[in-house]
Amino acid sequence: MTKTILTVDDSRTMRDMLMLALSDAGYRVVQAEDGMHGLEVLAGEKPDVIVTDINMPRLDGFGFIEGVRGDDRHRAVPILVLTTESDAEKKERARRAGATGWIVKPFDPIKLVAAVRRVAS
Amino acid sequence: MTHSETNSSRRAPDPARARELIAFRIGAQEFCVDIMSVREIRGWTPATALPQSPGFLRGVVNLRGAVLPIVDLSARLGFAPAEPTARHVIIVAQIGRQVVGLLVDAVSDILTVTDDLLQPTPDVASEMAKSFVRGVLAIDKRMISQIALDHVLPLSERDAA
Amino acid sequence: MDAMAAIKQTFFQECEEQLAELESGLTAILEGDGDAETVNAVFRAVHSIKGGAGAFSLDDLVRFAHIFETALDHLRAGRLAPSPDLLKVMLRASDALADLVRATRDETNLEPQRFAALAAELRAFDPASMQQTGAAAIVKETDGAADCADDEIVFRPILMDESMFDEMDAPPAAAPRLFRIRFRPKPALYAKANEAALLLREVSNLGECSIVCDSSELPFLPDLDPEGACLTFLITLSTECDESSVREIFEFVEWDCDLDIAEETDEPAGDGVDISALVERLQASVEAERAALEEANARSAAGATPPSARQNFSPAQVEGSDTGDGVGSIGKSDPAKSDPVKIDPGKSDLAAKGDQPGPSIRVDLERVDRLINLVGELVINQAMLAQRVLEEGLARASGVATGLDELEQLTREIQDSVMAIRAQPVKSVFQRMPRLVREVAAMTGKAVRLVTDGENTEVDKTVIERIADPLTHMIRNAIDHGLETPDVRVRAGKAEEGVVHLSALHRSGRIVIEVSDDGAGIDRPRVKAIAADKGLIAPDAALSDDEIDNLIFLPGFSTAAAISDISGRGVGMDVVRRSIQALGGRISIQSRPGRGSTFTMSLPLTLAVLDGMVVTVGGQTLVVPLTAIVETLQPKVADVHEFGGGARVIAIRDQFTPLIDVGRELGYRADNADPLAGVALLVETEGGARNAMLVDAILGQRQVVIKSLEANYQHVPGIAAATILGDGRVALILDVDAIVASSRADSDAHLLAAAG
Repeated sequence: MTKTILTVDDSRTMRDMLMLALSDAGYRVVQAEDGMHGLEVLAGEKPDVIVTDINMPRLDGFGFIEGVRGDDRHRAVPILVLTTESDAEKKERARRAGATGWIVKPFDPIKLVAAVRRVAS
Repeated sequence: MTHSETNSSRRAPDPARARELIAFRIGAQEFCVDIMSVREIRGWTPATALPQSPGFLRGVVNLRGAVLPIVDLSARLGFAPAEPTARHVIIVAQIGRQVVGLLVDAVSDILTVTDDLLQPTPDVASEMAKSFVRGVLAIDKRMISQIALDHVLPLSERDAA
Repeated sequence: MDAMAAIKQTFFQECEEQLAELESGLTAILEGDGDAETVNAVFRAVHSIKGGAGAFSLDDLVRFAHIFETALDHLRAGRLAPSPDLLKVMLRASDALADLVRATRDETNLEPQRFAALAAELRAFDPASMQQTGAAAIVKETDGAADCADDEIVFRPILMDESMFDEMDAPPAAAPRLFRIRFRPKPALYAKANEAALLLREVSNLGECSIVCDSSELPFLPDLDPEGACLTFLITLSTECDESSVREIFEFVEWDCDLDIAEETDEPAGDGVDISALVERLQASVEAERAALEEANARSAAGATPPSARQNFSPAQVEGSDTGDGVGSIGKSDPAKSDPVKIDPGKSDLAAKGDQPGPSIRVDLERVDRLINLVGELVINQAMLAQRVLEEGLARASGVATGLDELEQLTREIQDSVMAIRAQPVKSVFQRMPRLVREVAAMTGKAVRLVTDGENTEVDKTVIERIADPLTHMIRNAIDHGLETPDVRVRAGKAEEGVVHLSALHRSGRIVIEVSDDGAGIDRPRVKAIAADKGLIAPDAALSDDEIDNLIFLPGFSTAAAISDISGRGVGMDVVRRSIQALGGRISIQSRPGRGSTFTMSLPLTLAVLDGMVVTVGGQTLVVPLTAIVETLQPKVADVHEFGGGARVIAIRDQFTPLIDVGRELGYRADNADPLAGVALLVETEGGARNAMLVDAILGQRQVVIKSLEANYQHVPGIAAATILGDGRVALILDVDAIVASSRADSDAHLLAAAG
């Protein structure tokens, strides 16, 4: 069955790139523009993996992840965090919020798909 | 492609390469276009003339909200301009990104052929016809010329060049 | 265009939005209007540009954005104070970033010194001498998923078959090393959707390995927390990779598990396990796991437990960890360490901020245009139906006629609503002006403050795109020609700083945009002298103030100063006027000496519909844009004069105005029509020139939906576009300027022919 990936990123460029890489790999991709939107989308979707940005307006990635983990329907979904920031503090926060792993931007589409495939398999 | 090759492949047509063509009449002659480029066929409706346009351009009509230019194919091929009646038809064709109406006398047939049935345009054809005709098909003793649609409209950039 | 090229295009479009956001945010902070969210938004803008640039390996852009971002991060974190000095450097950095984005987009080169200098200036603010660090372009491998088979309750070794996972890159050739790894996931690992089995698979990919699963910690079934973690994995790995490669696999989970990695240095790999050592460790971890579970249960029962409660046991394992952040407490973490943003989708305290826009969706423009086209068709169909009904002679009061009236009302409303989808605030254009003002002010040595108003006024997207250039020119003009230098202003008793006011508002179905300055106003004697000099007016012409002011719109009127320094391209107000008119708009000027000037443009809200006058010429129905028409008149025999070569003029209130025969001009007829049998439309074209256009009859005024001729054909001289009228026929919309220009060319040709 086709797996669904929810991508959450306020950058259209990033959303497009994620869409391209993931849909090429055969995933169904649903998009959200920020954390708040992501939570709204989750009300009607049950993605197999979530890929989310950290720095977003309205509700950032940390808050979004906590929201997902606090929702019984989605608490077990793997969440990959996209970040350009490689510092330990950011990872620590993402991790504490409940992220499954992270992908450092800029990402190689092949590695992105490999990462998603690993957590989605 | 030589003549003998044409004949031999004609005996063993490759169904995978078969294409459908819409054949139509202009006066006593028969022409055809690839069915893939035909969007619809509709009856003639009076066109709004465009100023400073070539004689073969009858004008524009309303195609469900879009402005459709109508090319009088007879005039375009160098024959006498059509005198359209209610029995004339417009073949709405897709040419590149544009949609164009071709005014012809009547649609006569739908043909299934393979590319190798297409013969080079005979030398007897007028220069004008040659530039719009991709080649001719001989089917059941009829000679049907296939129109190269991409040359039908005057392109402003081509005129400018 | 391939997909990546399309995304790159999106990236550059998005950059423009972010640059606008960046600039307006920095300006707001400078003016003291910024709050924490403004700083965040500004940071995000640069951060996003950097992120996208990295994706396309636009290294120069990444480097500069990174330095900028670092400075903004200090600002965001409060390590830097938002001093005017800092913000001015940041504004210049945002200008530079904008240039760099555009140069990158257009693949042109920029002088690197400027960026180096700005980078140095930004770094100078750094609280701890900022060090540039390149953005790491590494993808961290992630791990997780796949069930840790539930039936592996029995203590038994599981041998992983590494041939199943042969996609790994070949590790660097080196002598095999032997690692003993003890990996005990904590509940938090599973809670974060990581999966031990997948991590183990990753490990097995590194070399030959044997894995033993210890399930001895499993509690009895009634006590089993389905999301708890009770298994410990003992791995023996023989690999050519080093320890860091092994640790990397556990990167995501290192806080959520107990992990011991020990390298056996003496003996080569045996496939056994040091049982006695393991038993010791296992016993210790059994205790720890039990305690953790008990604590997790207690926490979920009590609601919360101080994190310190855990530190009583195995402190080494807890270090930097979060064992207690187990299943029961996810999403309700300790307020002391939780993020500033709380999630409560039910009642969003973010919405309470007030300045949050309502929910919105982003829709492909093509879809909107398709909808607009369909509604256009609906309008036409409705009009056609109405005409049929009228022709059938149905009474106005009949049920059909009233139903039709309601349909018309509804159709119009739908049309308006659909048009509104394409509407956007003029903000995107207004936001570009502060930078322009800074630049022109710097170039002219004038002190300028830009005040904007009504930037949320909405107008069609296409209109917005096309007013940017004229507006830019008007602002330049206002500073360069309108405002005085500071010393002159002071002498005139004005504030040193000049004010340029840019505003937008809706007025009677159009958008009105005003650019005003508090400068010297139009120097009428000078303007008149220039116009006379250039042969635009007779030297002794008696002109009203208003007429003199309007001279600046004449083609060919452009002062030397405008060409040399500021505008650079030598475009004058005539070009501004023409581009406004091309949009179906008008521009006017009011000026008061010593007090300043105001330019007012009035534009249609959309380019999809047009108010037109429907006329007939030579049996054809044509539409003349209403904005071009000044008045209509019935020519009298005494007013029309032959001018030679078929050219005619008509006297309108003692002014001779060229009379253009539209039918002849468009080739509908060969000879001049009888002016007495027709109607003349007095039209105004570029530069305010007036001409009379002769048509056969006027059918009425109506709003028409503009249809492109170019979509399926090509541009037709003298015709601006087409539309579809109530009878379903296509009618052409006249390009008044082009008709006037071509008639002028015709009469020139006639004159030449007569002379030759």
